[in-house]
Amino acid sequence: MNTVVRILRMAARYRFRLGLGVVCTVIAANFQLLIPQFLGAAVDHAQSLLAGTGASPAEAQAALQWAAVMLLTAGVLRGLFTMIHNYQGEAIGQSIGYELRLAYFEKLQRMSFAYHDRVHSGDLMTRGMLDVEGIRRFVDGAMLRTIVLVILVGYGGYHLIGIDPVLGALALSFVPVVAWRAAVSSITLRRTWRALQERMSILTRIMEENLGGIRVVRAFAARAFEMAKFDTASDSAIVLAMRRIQIRYTNAAFMTFSYYAAMGLVLWVGSHKIIEGAITVGTLAEFLAFMAILQQPVRQVGMIVNSTARAFVSGGRVFELLDMDPAVQDKPGAAPLRLTDGVIRFEHVDFAYGEGEGASPALHDVNFEVGPGKSLGIVGPPGSGKSTIAHLIPRFYDPTLGRITIDGQDIRDVTLDSLREAVGVVQQDTFLFTATVDSNVAYGDLSADRERIVNATDSAQLHEYIDSLPTGYDTLVGERGLTLSGGQRQRLSIARSILLTPAIIVFDDSTASIDAATEQRIHAALKELTRARATIIISHRLSSFMHADEILFIDQGRIVERGSHEELLALGGRYKELYDLQADFGDDLGLAASAAAPEGA
Amino acid sequence: MAMMPQSLAVPGKPPGGRPGGPDGGLNDEMDERIFGAAFDGRIVQRFLKFLTPYRARLAVAFCAVVAFTLTQLSIPLVIREAIDQALVTDTQDGALLDLIALAFLGVIVLNLIAMYIQETIVGKTAERILFDVRRTMYVHLQRLSMSFMDKTEVGRLMARLQSDVGALQEFLDTTVTAIGDILLLAGIVTVLILLNWQLGLLTLSVVLVLLIVRMIWLPLAKKAFMRARQTSSIVNGALAENINGVRTVQEMIRERVNFERFEIKAADNLRSHLRAAKFSQVMIPIVDTLTGAAMAIVVVVGGNMVIGGSLDVGVMVAFIFYVQRFFDPIRSLTIQYSVMQRAMASGQRIFEVIDVPVDIVDKPGALALDQIDGAIELRGVTFGYLPGQPVLNDINFRVAPGETVALVGPTGSGKTSITALIHRFYDVWEGSILVGGHDVRDVTQHSLGKQVGMVLQDPFLFTGTIFENIKYCSAEATRDDVVAAAKAVDAHGFITRLPKGYDTMLEQRGGNLSLGQRQLLSFARAIVADTKVLLLDEATASIDSHTERQIQLALKSLLAGRTALVIAHRLATVRGADRIIVLNQGRIVETGSHRELMAKRGLYHRLYAMNYASFDDIPEEIIRQAAADTSAT
Ligand SMILES: Nc1ncnc2c1ncn2[C@@H]1O[C@H](COP(=O)(O)OP(=O)(O)OP(=O)(O)O)[C@@H](O)[C@H]1O
Ligand SMILES: Nc1ncnc2c1ncn2[C@@H]1O[C@H](COP(=O)(O)OP(=O)(O)OP(=O)(O)O)[C@@H](O)[C@H]1O
Ligand SMILES: [Mg+2]
Ligand SMILES: [Mg+2]
Repeated sequence: MNTVVRILRMAARYRFRLGLGVVCTVIAANFQLLIPQFLGAAVDHAQSLLAGTGASPAEAQAALQWAAVMLLTAGVLRGLFTMIHNYQGEAIGQSIGYELRLAYFEKLQRMSFAYHDRVHSGDLMTRGMLDVEGIRRFVDGAMLRTIVLVILVGYGGYHLIGIDPVLGALALSFVPVVAWRAAVSSITLRRTWRALQERMSILTRIMEENLGGIRVVRAFAARAFEMAKFDTASDSAIVLAMRRIQIRYTNAAFMTFSYYAAMGLVLWVGSHKIIEGAITVGTLAEFLAFMAILQQPVRQVGMIVNSTARAFVSGGRVFELLDMDPAVQDKPGAAPLRLTDGVIRFEHVDFAYGEGEGASPALHDVNFEVGPGKSLGIVGPPGSGKSTIAHLIPRFYDPTLGRITIDGQDIRDVTLDSLREAVGVVQQDTFLFTATVDSNVAYGDLSADRERIVNATDSAQLHEYIDSLPTGYDTLVGERGLTLSGGQRQRLSIARSILLTPAIIVFDDSTASIDAATEQRIHAALKELTRARATIIISHRLSSFMHADEILFIDQGRIVERGSHEELLALGGRYKELYDLQADFGDDLGLAASAAAPEGA
Repeated sequence: MAMMPQSLAVPGKPPGGRPGGPDGGLNDEMDERIFGAAFDGRIVQRFLKFLTPYRARLAVAFCAVVAFTLTQLSIPLVIREAIDQALVTDTQDGALLDLIALAFLGVIVLNLIAMYIQETIVGKTAERILFDVRRTMYVHLQRLSMSFMDKTEVGRLMARLQSDVGALQEFLDTTVTAIGDILLLAGIVTVLILLNWQLGLLTLSVVLVLLIVRMIWLPLAKKAFMRARQTSSIVNGALAENINGVRTVQEMIRERVNFERFEIKAADNLRSHLRAAKFSQVMIPIVDTLTGAAMAIVVVVGGNMVIGGSLDVGVMVAFIFYVQRFFDPIRSLTIQYSVMQRAMASGQRIFEVIDVPVDIVDKPGALALDQIDGAIELRGVTFGYLPGQPVLNDINFRVAPGETVALVGPTGSGKTSITALIHRFYDVWEGSILVGGHDVRDVTQHSLGKQVGMVLQDPFLFTGTIFENIKYCSAEATRDDVVAAAKAVDAHGFITRLPKGYDTMLEQRGGNLSLGQRQLLSFARAIVADTKVLLLDEATASIDSHTERQIQLALKSLLAGRTALVIAHRLATVRGADRIIVLNQGRIVETGSHRELMAKRGLYHRLYAMNYASFDDIPEEIIRQAAADTSAT
């Protein structure tokens, strides 16, 4: 559906406001059109007196006063009705902005990971901030203004043609020119806006990544490099911004000229007509005053065209997301998960990121089962698919083949909320909100009291540190690591997950930045919690899951070795190799020898 | 001015409580604290400074504005002439009228040219200034110290770089056409008074009324507009937060709660905008009434003057014209008052960023490091992030050129802080840090960065190809260098397995790679940078021991002649180092080679034992000891 039509439809739903707005617009326009008539009459009275024809001075005086009162009244009423219609316009615009903002927010939160992997957060921000604004501005600026313009030109033109067809036609002769220029420029402007918006998105992305990765930028002394990157993007946007201005103001100048040309024609022909006695001076004055009223709206045509073109592009970008269906969502009629034991099973699971051509296979034929009180360890080289397994359990993505069940129920058949409540994943990549420690820990459960929060942070071995801070749990932590070290952030993220006491817990390499001693204490503290739950531990440190009931060694998406620690050691395969590297056999590895050599690492 | 940076950043001691929660509430108040500040006209003044580079162009535009104003002013005069002629030349033919029409044509052609020149120049310059303003902010952000950047949220900075600059653009978009009008106002006043000063002054007296009304209205309206702007940035802040943390939101099933909270903010935003709209719209009937009054004056007084013979009808018509033209720009500026206010508020937010002082600057005459031996020395270094809370206490150690030294210690012991200090992300409180024999405060930051390479604890990659990411800013690096670095970190294998190999596009932050793969790339990037000193902060924490071992073997030759400081929690990673420094709670507790430390049976030994031992066969005593060692970290 055409974007602008869709926006107009949204506006049409504010029937009362829109109706009131349009009615007031018509009334205000009428009063505005009355003004030239009163002025014309006043001029005629003055003129007729001067010429010694017609009324007596007293009558003329009264007529002038009458005209003045009418002018004032028309002014006041016009102002009042303009106020109402402007306000209604803005109210509709703001309400639509509000609606779109909510819909956008809601959709955005539900879009699955696959979408967010693909779309840059800077783009999403631009749409939510600038594009929604663009639509709002169109509704409140362009939409009702177009109506005003049409009424003024239409009604005024009708009235003028009624008085004098030739002069009336001349007075309106600029309208087709303006309409033509508007149509042409709206197409080119739309194209320019779209391209400009795209380049602005790139610029946004560059700025956002620079600020997000500011430590990298500093570490590499890359300021000049980053500035060059910024300048390239910025310059390519400037080119388009300049083109937009050029189109816009060339048209504006052209439109204004055609308007003045029409006025000149009216003046020329009109003054001849006065000589011929075909019209009075007052009539000409009325014509000219009418045209003067149109001056401002004509200059606004450029703005209207510009903002319509923009709404077109912005609307497209916003509606694109609104019309999308999240790849992962509840099936119709999905029932909540019925947890009995909390057994998680992978049955011949295959998975690939992306679809079609660009798909990159990540898992192949993965099978395992973890029951309550049992634990599963997963190890493997980088990119082998460990995190992918963790992502599939709470349905951040859906498997391409095979199925995952919890207590016998396919996770695609149950509601997302109930599933995610049952599963807790401590992500490998820690994300903290810029907020207090307290609200970060309680993020998943707002009703958690301080005692539960302290319990969770205590288990994660973080309580003592937080307690030692002057502001304790009210200390702010931030996205870039304000207040916390790498390991402390990981522990906060562990605390956040265990606060929810899920039935199935996945630790995705969540102790990588934590020293072994602290990790042992965390595991000891969690023993109670994990006693009756299924636990999956992904780690590169074998001591993290040595005692797991089963250990999987994954490579390139396939399980290549499986068994208990002892079995795997006995197997003498890749697991054993890892073990040897981590165990205390350093001296046999030739590394210790390098301790003597200065270049050793 | 002094409190501005504070309002931009998140201060150390916020008013606590969860109600604000991590959905913006708390931070918004802080971000928006600025709105208590006075709203001063200096903003306009400061924007004028951005005009300086465009002086020549603007001079041309100014001439065009003058020409434009003159043509605008003469149009009603020509009309007056035509009407007067039409009345006078009652009986004659209209040749003179044709001449006047020609004159009119001439005037409007001039008007066209002047308007075109003026609007395109002003429009383009305005647009350029927007880009300049954004660039100035961005450049400034590049120079601010890490301690400031730590406290800011990317989303909120972006709102300033984007949404606030956007508000300026909206303003310029609607007002470029008004610039001519403003000069016109002055012109009209002059002409009216010249035409007939009594009538002129009388007509203009209504402007006084307008001024008085505005004086009452302004303070009330300003508050409403500020509030509107404030709620807008609150909404944008909440949006940014949810976009950035969307994965955590879904994980924690916070969608509903966040939506409800967002709804409250959006509704508040709607309400405050409607309130502001009421304020801006209420001026319209006032302006219109005054326009009507001015016209009524012209009609009554002017009409009487015409009757009395002291005024030409043409002059009266011209007056009517001028009055309309006079109030038009006032009216449209009134209607656009909210846009203007938005722009002013945004301007303030923009200058706040520009005004944050840069606290780590190169000394005048700072040395540019060129050839250094790569020694690192910390002399009595004490440092902390918050006043009165040191995280490093009296740290002394020296790393000889070419030596590899490992830093180990429990989490939060200050390892990352040491690397940050060597790169001068922060300045030490006490003591000094020497790189290649020079105090880091005496050398330029840029040259220091070119000598000290880092692999950060959090791998960060940019949108772009794998090749671009590994190469990053090393201009001289060739494709071979990049491949060699990738091979050294054992990433070549997985990269070539990708369909597009080194030209594979990475999504935001390398999201389409696993964390370990990202870490490998960020490691490779540091190798390509080819620096004398290399700081590896848990560079292999998310990598399996097998791959790590491959890297270590490859690094042996790569690190030859370089100084390296290696941080790791997996002690197998560091046991080959020349020397190991054990840190605990910001102090050095042990130093020595792996063997020496193992023989000492101190903290290192206990940490090491824990590293490979399984959970329950660690002697209780060791756990207790370790717990005591690492507690309160
Ligand atoms: N930006 C910051 N602002 C305030 N405090 C900080 C900041 N960064 C770190 N800290 C604090 O300084 C101390 C040392 O942190 P640092 O990051 O150096 O630890 P680390 O040894 O690297 O720990 P880890 O092994 O967990 O990464 C910690 O207690 C941490 O909470
Ligand atoms: N969002 C994504 N889009 C496309 N490909 C992805 C995405 N995430 C991961 N991959 C690819 O899928 C494979 C498996 O990644 P995964 O994150 O599961 O690895 P991992 O075993 O957790 O590795 P690590 O130990 O490094 O964390 C990798 O080849 C990776 O490049
Ligand atoms: Mg992973
Ligand atoms: Mg660290």
